[in-house]
Amino acid sequence: MRRRVAQNVDVAQRKQRSSGRAAAGAVALLLVAALGLGACGGGGDAKLTVSAAASLQRAFTDNDQGARFSFAGSDELAAQIEQGVRPDVYAAADTVLPAKLHREGLVERPVLFAANELVLAVPSGTKAITSLDDLARPGVTIAIGQRAVPVGVYTRLLLSHLPAAERRAIDANVRSEEPDVGGIVGKLTQGAVDAGFLYRTDVKATKGALEAIRLPRTLRPAVLYAAAVVTGTKHPREARAFVDGLRHGAGARALRAAGFDPPPRR
Amino acid sequence: MRRAGPFTILLVGALTVTLLFLTLPVVAIFVDAAPADLARSLTDPAALDALRLSLVCSAIAVGIIVVVGTPAAYLLATRRFRGRALLVTLIELPLVLPPAVAGIGLLAALGPNGLFGGALDDAGLRLVLTTAGVVVALTFVAAPFYLRQAQAGFEAVDPSWLDASRTLGAGEARTFAQVAIPAAGPSLVAGLALAWGRALGEFGATLMFAGSFRGITQTVPLAIYERFATDFTAALALSAVLVAISGALLLTVKLLGTTTWLRGAAR
Repeated sequence: MRRRVAQNVDVAQRKQRSSGRAAAGAVALLLVAALGLGACGGGGDAKLTVSAAASLQRAFTDNDQGARFSFAGSDELAAQIEQGVRPDVYAAADTVLPAKLHREGLVERPVLFAANELVLAVPSGTKAITSLDDLARPGVTIAIGQRAVPVGVYTRLLLSHLPAAERRAIDANVRSEEPDVGGIVGKLTQGAVDAGFLYRTDVKATKGALEAIRLPRTLRPAVLYAAAVVTGTKHPREARAFVDGLRHGAGARALRAAGFDPPPRR
Repeated sequence: MRRAGPFTILLVGALTVTLLFLTLPVVAIFVDAAPADLARSLTDPAALDALRLSLVCSAIAVGIIVVVGTPAAYLLATRRFRGRALLVTLIELPLVLPPAVAGIGLLAALGPNGLFGGALDDAGLRLVLTTAGVVVALTFVAAPFYLRQAQAGFEAVDPSWLDASRTLGAGEARTFAQVAIPAAGPSLVAGLALAWGRALGEFGATLMFAGSFRGITQTVPLAIYERFATDFTAALALSAVLVAISGALLLTVKLLGTTTWLRGAAR
């Protein structure tokens, strides 16, 4: 054993000159590896990368088509695109964010592809909360979306239509402002809060863990989903096919199955 | 001076790559953040709330970790007993847990529907979505960083010192307080700094367990995430502030540690 070590040392010494090149090679290798890692996310293959609203998770993964999905709050995804992240398709839970990206030249013209409904969600079997009015009672705890995420925007829009006193009482009961619908669902299913504002489809996706209380028609904000092909995508044809599919094809069927409505005809 | 050999060149090359990779994002934050934005973020009341909350919660968490963790680490370092290795592994497990798993685990244990949720509720204690919950999350993710360092520090103390102390008539407690702790001091301080830094940066477990609400549970990392979508420059500025605070904290604690212990050792 010792002899072998000695031999190795000897070999190492003899090879010292060549190992200078090896050292440089190793550094180069590290750099190449780093570049290679970068390339991994670049989508060298024909796989589509789709940045989609968290509320689309069930419908989109059910209609896989081999695309890579990144689910988060639509606002976070839009901010990523503004910071230079380049998915092939952007699908948002509102029309404002895709329109803004379109104005900035970052995505092509957005297409409406689905409608949803804001609901009051409670853990199944909840008796104490049956309407918006119950949220104003002291001691009730509520989770809502953050200010910029669509579900938070719709919720604030809804609350703004309420009488000031009721709105203040409800505001005072908010315990968490979550970055996306997933956070609200989690807080509700874990019993961390008594109620939250979600989309109808989010409640359906919990398979009975939560139940939806419909909101008065006059207060309900219109929840529309828009998608757009990201400018400069390497897969324009596939990206457009994906967006079209959300309106007419397999994507549309998966959306209906998940509880989304078709977009209103214009 | 001897000419640098190829192996040295390799080492220097590796260090250069490491340094570049690890400092680049931090440098970029400061390059991109205009001083005016930094100033603005420091006057934004919501950002100030987040900073205050982060500092208070992480300080409490680190306090708890040091008070409970130091004797625990001492026991693990100085006694040999069955199952010790298993114990050490269990304690270190949170180190390798993704924050999301930590958050789920805390909910499953201490959430309203969790194992001890009922008992906590009966005691009138609610952790989920409260500031206390933030402290719990920070303590959980940061504690192993301190425990590991503290245990290593105590293990490195020459046992003959402890024996001498006992021979000279000092009790176990006095030996621990007056011999072991000063001797392991630098390790304890290094562990404290690491744990504090980790607590300041905690995101996932806090969001899942404590939620995000301004002034109550929204720590700086959560505030940064919220701003990312609405106001990138503000997010950048707040990030720069957090980096500066964490860096200053690390440096202060380290400097304080070395000087104090060096003086102690010189005596």
